[in-house]
Amino acid sequence: MGPEDLDQILKDLPIPKDPKVLVGLDTSDDAGVYQLSEEVALVQTVDFFTPIVDDPFTFGQIAVANALSDVYAMGGTPLTGMNLVAYPIKDLSSSILREILLGGLSKMKEAGVALVGGHSIEDPEIKYGLAVTGVVHPNRILTNAKAKAGDKLVLTKPLGTGIISTALKAKMASEEAVGKIVESMVALNRTASEWMKKYGAHACTDITGFSFIGHALEMAIASQVGMVIQSSAVPIFPEAMEYAKLGLVPGGAYSNRDFFSCRVEMHSSVPHLLADIFYDPQTSGGLLISLSPGEAEKLVATLKKEGIVHSSMVGDVVEEPRGKIRLL
Amino acid sequence: MPVIDCRGLACPEPVVVTKQALDELKEGEMIVIVDNASSCNNVERFAQSQGCPVEIKQEGQDFHLRIQKIQSEDKGKVAKPNEKTKRVVVYINSHLLGCGDEVLGSFLMKSFLKTLLDLDTKPSRLILVNSGVQLAAENSKALESLQSLSEKGVEIVCCGTCIDFYELKGKMKTGVVSNMYDIIQSMVEADRVIKP
Repeated sequence: MGPEDLDQILKDLPIPKDPKVLVGLDTSDDAGVYQLSEEVALVQTVDFFTPIVDDPFTFGQIAVANALSDVYAMGGTPLTGMNLVAYPIKDLSSSILREILLGGLSKMKEAGVALVGGHSIEDPEIKYGLAVTGVVHPNRILTNAKAKAGDKLVLTKPLGTGIISTALKAKMASEEAVGKIVESMVALNRTASEWMKKYGAHACTDITGFSFIGHALEMAIASQVGMVIQSSAVPIFPEAMEYAKLGLVPGGAYSNRDFFSCRVEMHSSVPHLLADIFYDPQTSGGLLISLSPGEAEKLVATLKKEGIVHSSMVGDVVEEPRGKIRLL
Repeated sequence: MPVIDCRGLACPEPVVVTKQALDELKEGEMIVIVDNASSCNNVERFAQSQGCPVEIKQEGQDFHLRIQKIQSEDKGKVAKPNEKTKRVVVYINSHLLGCGDEVLGSFLMKSFLKTLLDLDTKPSRLILVNSGVQLAAENSKALESLQSLSEKGVEIVCCGTCIDFYELKGKMKTGVVSNMYDIIQSMVEADRVIKP
């Protein structure tokens, strides 16, 4: 659902306060965190969606990488997963579903996550995803609420998966472009998460459906800071520009723009097609990390060495304009 | 005149249907009806990318897009900057124009970019590599011209490796960062590559 609808629905929902809930719904964070003891807190998240690529195994991989990402963004370690499946079993061969689940399992194995169960329903449209449980030390939770003025912002994956997936649906995407987004979407955010913790990140979120701008704004609002983004430094898939020009922009990008653009000041030199990509909903996107400048440089250098080659410094955290983003 | 009703279709279907209809249409006009602003925007962009003029009328909840298909020989007569300049790429691999005196070279490059702005036929892309990326960074004397070119729809593309090499990250004032693959692809696909 778009950010505007969700905002309306969740507003004033009578959610009881619980002191053990360390991260809840109020700061639009990636996952919920619940304190078990002084040493251990649970990190929980759930995510599922309809196929965005044709190959079932790859779809399974993407869905699981995407679901695990919320735990990595909180600085946590995922431990167990439960499959969520909707499938038209009367119309489609069960072997396709098996492939999806095998793809999902391969990513859980890579992440060291145990599959402990799941739930399936019959549905005309395929959907797959994962409910994930992880752990984190209560003092080392990385929320989106602690970015500090003076920090640098690091983004670990290129943007444009939504536009290129839309072009794929329209059968207008090149094989190369699809290859690039698949490689990016199946990649776990685990390595980036481990290193950002070592370099003392102040805040983190992962870039998914609400787009780069939307998730960055959530961080700016929760942290009561502003952000200045150097548009030309933001990594993107170049094909996304081409497809945006052809009108292959997903509806979600327009709802993101409608909802978030009132808090964005865009310099006239920023190409409009690039702005489309900044509002493009991402699947299994990268981490947006806020940390002190010296550490940010080291983090980018380390991530590049670790094979996360698109990692880039994309902007600065500033005091004013609070709760807003300035695009240069 | 063909009328294509795309109401109730989810993205990217309206663009796909419009593309098919436009491919089948030999000449003349067609109307595409969509029921939301996103689809309207997408279909408009697609038609424009194909060099077809579009008129939009809002009727109640719906948008009616009147799309004009022009025979290729007539295309030159209609002012469609997109079409005329479709695949001219300017490739700039230095902050100087020509070999010789540096002061002169820098002046000539600034003048080249300024004059490019005045031409009726603008390139679709301008690629900056090696010290050419300095032209799009802060304190560049050619920055204003590049920014105006960008506003006029010329895509400014800067080599990411070069930005790193000259330590210009965060100092770039216009253009998008790109890679060797994308740069070579646009040169291979171009009708003409101009190197000043």
